[in-house]
Amino acid sequence: MTSQVSPAEQAEPADQQGERGLAGERGAPDGGKEVRRLDRVIIRFAGDSGDGMQLTGDRFTSETASFGNDLSTLPNFPAEIRAPAGTLPGVSSFQLHFADHDILTPGDAPDVLVAMNPAALKANLGDVPRGAEIIVNTDEFTKRPMAKVGYERSPLEDGSLDAYQVHPVPLTTLTIEALKEFGLSRKEAERSKNMFALGLLSWMYHRPTENTETFLRQKFAKKPQIAEANVAAFRAGWNFGETTEDFAVSYEVAPAATAFPAGTYRNISGNLALSYGLIAASQQADLPLFLGSYPITPASDILHELSKHKNFGVRTFQAEDEIAGIGAALGAAFGGALAVTTTSGPGVALKSETIGLAVSLELPLLVIDIQRGGPSTGLPTKTEQADLLQAMYGRNGEAPVPIVAPRTPADCFDATLDAARIALTYRTPVFVLSDGYLANGSEPWRVPEVDGLPDLRVQFATGPNHTTEDGTEVFWPYKRDPQTLARPWAVPGTPGLEHRIGGIEKQDGSGNISYDPANHDHMVRVRQAKVDGIEVEELAVDDPTGDARTLVLGWGSTYGPITAAVRRVRRAGDRIAQAHLRHLNPFPANLGAVLARYDKVVVPEMNLGQLATLIRAKYLVDARSFTQVRGLPFKAEQLATALKEAIDD
Amino acid sequence: MTEILSQPPLALSEALSLVPKAEGKQSMKDFKSDQEVRWCPGCGDYAILAAVQGFMPELGLAKENIVFVSGIGCSSRFPYYMNTYGMHSIHGRAPAIATGLAAARRDLSVWVVTGDGDALSIGGNHLIHALRRNVNLKILLFNNRIYGLTKGQYSPTSEVGKITKSTPMGSLDAPFNPISLALGAEAGFVARTVDSDRKHLTQVLREAAAHPGTALVEIYQNCNIFNDGAFDALKDKEQAEEAVIRLEHGKPIRFGADGAKGVVRNQATGDLEVVAVTAENEGSVLVHDAHAASPTTAFALSRLAHPDTLHHTPIGVLRDVQRPVYDDQMSTQIDAAVERKGKGDLGALLAGNDTWTVVG
Repeated sequence: MTSQVSPAEQAEPADQQGERGLAGERGAPDGGKEVRRLDRVIIRFAGDSGDGMQLTGDRFTSETASFGNDLSTLPNFPAEIRAPAGTLPGVSSFQLHFADHDILTPGDAPDVLVAMNPAALKANLGDVPRGAEIIVNTDEFTKRPMAKVGYERSPLEDGSLDAYQVHPVPLTTLTIEALKEFGLSRKEAERSKNMFALGLLSWMYHRPTENTETFLRQKFAKKPQIAEANVAAFRAGWNFGETTEDFAVSYEVAPAATAFPAGTYRNISGNLALSYGLIAASQQADLPLFLGSYPITPASDILHELSKHKNFGVRTFQAEDEIAGIGAALGAAFGGALAVTTTSGPGVALKSETIGLAVSLELPLLVIDIQRGGPSTGLPTKTEQADLLQAMYGRNGEAPVPIVAPRTPADCFDATLDAARIALTYRTPVFVLSDGYLANGSEPWRVPEVDGLPDLRVQFATGPNHTTEDGTEVFWPYKRDPQTLARPWAVPGTPGLEHRIGGIEKQDGSGNISYDPANHDHMVRVRQAKVDGIEVEELAVDDPTGDARTLVLGWGSTYGPITAAVRRVRRAGDRIAQAHLRHLNPFPANLGAVLARYDKVVVPEMNLGQLATLIRAKYLVDARSFTQVRGLPFKAEQLATALKEAIDD
Repeated sequence: MTEILSQPPLALSEALSLVPKAEGKQSMKDFKSDQEVRWCPGCGDYAILAAVQGFMPELGLAKENIVFVSGIGCSSRFPYYMNTYGMHSIHGRAPAIATGLAAARRDLSVWVVTGDGDALSIGGNHLIHALRRNVNLKILLFNNRIYGLTKGQYSPTSEVGKITKSTPMGSLDAPFNPISLALGAEAGFVARTVDSDRKHLTQVLREAAAHPGTALVEIYQNCNIFNDGAFDALKDKEQAEEAVIRLEHGKPIRFGADGAKGVVRNQATGDLEVVAVTAENEGSVLVHDAHAASPTTAFALSRLAHPDTLHHTPIGVLRDVQRPVYDDQMSTQIDAAVERKGKGDLGALLAGNDTWTVVG
């Protein structure tokens, strides 16, 4: 590990993935073990999909959040609920990066790998830098499990791990031993080995443990014996670290007190932040929230979360399919609800026709797309940004839809509120493009004051808005607001405003069916102009030296890795400007001017260059794509290299 | 097993108790919109439109609280002609859209107008799920056994061997029986009527409107352009006597000249069959029970009709039983959640239970 430690004075509050910052050393008080201070650590828990690695990671994250570190997480799991045990495709992992300063990504490479079986070791070793610590469950390194993943000899014995600091721990045996008084079967007792590992890691990194014990007792409230067994395994793991000689050193990572503005914080994942954003939008708009949805990975957690909050008047409707999910939402929107549908890429494809109807009906509707690897079923549990052009153009006819993309898990809250503002103000469907990485990843979030949230209240139509030639007062459903070009929202139950709308082209103003060529040309242009005219915030450019010649432009979840890469490039003495788009349709008004200021524009994306295509088409800028579609977020190191190459080119 | 509530059905006023009432007296004219009706002259849709417009005042509901939602097809132009709120949506999706509207707004009377292609082909999934879910919707399925708007292809209710533009050598697929389908989909209210029999049509609408939850009304409708005379067997006075079985709750199921024929249960198979009524068998003629908890007999009745000749076609209300209504239960859950947890407090929700404080 010494090779990984950088001197304390060189550790600066910045993202240094792959380099482990040693913030200070403390002697061992009272003859106890040595405690070292670090400024940041990346831990990866890896095991079989049945080993409970996601739960272990979640708990370590909660402990870390409540301790006050900055953090960023990357859950990574197979689509199969129980993939064949002990195989490489069945490996599930959870990576957590935490620090005493502000960080942006879950980290490129783990400092510590916890491998619960041979498959977990084999699948993850490639990401682990030499010198890192590896904690392995030796009980699983027997002939059959090793043969399953092609180990002819034990990697623990053949010298292939000599470059790492390996801690061989018989996790299963120790767990069973610790639980022998509980009268559980061997199989039941074994299940708690993830809690043993969590206890050990909690000891190693001085994590607070109280909440985990409370959590376990709540989770297994109906099975007190199992609850206590898990608590016992957790404590046994902690005590094992404390007493065994193999773990001579433990580490402290101080709270990131200076990285955060004052306030109350909590840990939050993207899907949770998005769910809260929807509830907040409903409250701020004073409209009931209606979610029409069909379960799909990785969006289902929003349906689950919202269904827990019926006391906010939230109606969640699990439909028979994706089309019915958005159909019901659109029906509710016609009735005056804040209507939402949640899905992922394949679901968007099915919803396309109804999104087109919403464009034509000019009703507010939020379409939440938690992107995943495509095409087709693709990689359901992995991240990607390849639905941008589908959201932009994936409908018949000219059917413009605004697009908002959050940049971090916590930002899903604000982005959702902004999407609701656009939908309600302009009476249009709006896309929110999140992705699997944001959805399942988590970070600290400063809990906003409710008083500071935007006012989203709308005015329903209440009476006639037009006088005919003969002087009659009538209601015209397509008579537009001259500023926003939005049409009135007249909900059923309002006397005198009875009207019929539909997907057939309508005469602007009266809303009556119209096949008139000039009217159609006008309506197509008006719908486009309405979206083009949506007010969105200006694009901010971060260019500390003010004389960078290269701009890196991103959107969505690449914000963390790009920003981390930009920090590296600048630390190495190069100049680079950075801008990140929240609004993909319409683009911020100043985007063209920003692009024109730089000699080179680099656009990193987890697709084959979809934003770059849009930028090139609209602004005639020779944007360079840097793309990767591995189902995983960019690593800061790779991105930094790519940016450096662009600067030097 | 579907839960069946008390019988018999509610009075109209009870079923629609959440929908505001009209202030003054309404007439048919109040429900005519200013739009020119554009169906082909002679289309059966005119008769259905007139019957619906004529029936609406009887409901006595504020017309701003009535919504007609349709899909795509000739029949789906219907909402444009009703002076209520309305949405002409996309092909097959009207039940889904109406479900969201009805679930979000219990103060509305929501009607779906659809056709055999819209409801049973492209929208089949939404139809069956609406029926099993039992949202407060009244679905009027105009069945003309043909695709009209796309100019004459066979539909999922066309008889086998139908010669159309897309099937010059005859269609190959067996048709749906919409009544059987609806019963299989757990529908609580299933009825059939005919466009040209205004009195019968209106009576069925009346019973459908009084039904809390989803009601499916199949209306045999003549397309005089592409499938003219499809229902002549049921309309021609002489033929109809033998072909039509008029169902009335609580009455023996008899038809034909002077009720010479009747429906009895075959004791050996349990199935229903048509017999000539005699003094000996008169007592065993089946008495129609629309409120029977089991759909078995209703299903057997729906199978009496010959798919090609339409002989022995039952019309009227085949099934009318109460089941828990989806939108009522959705509201009940919301009320229960408020009672249990208190009205949602956004600040408390956002903060959660696990926070830490950073002091500036």
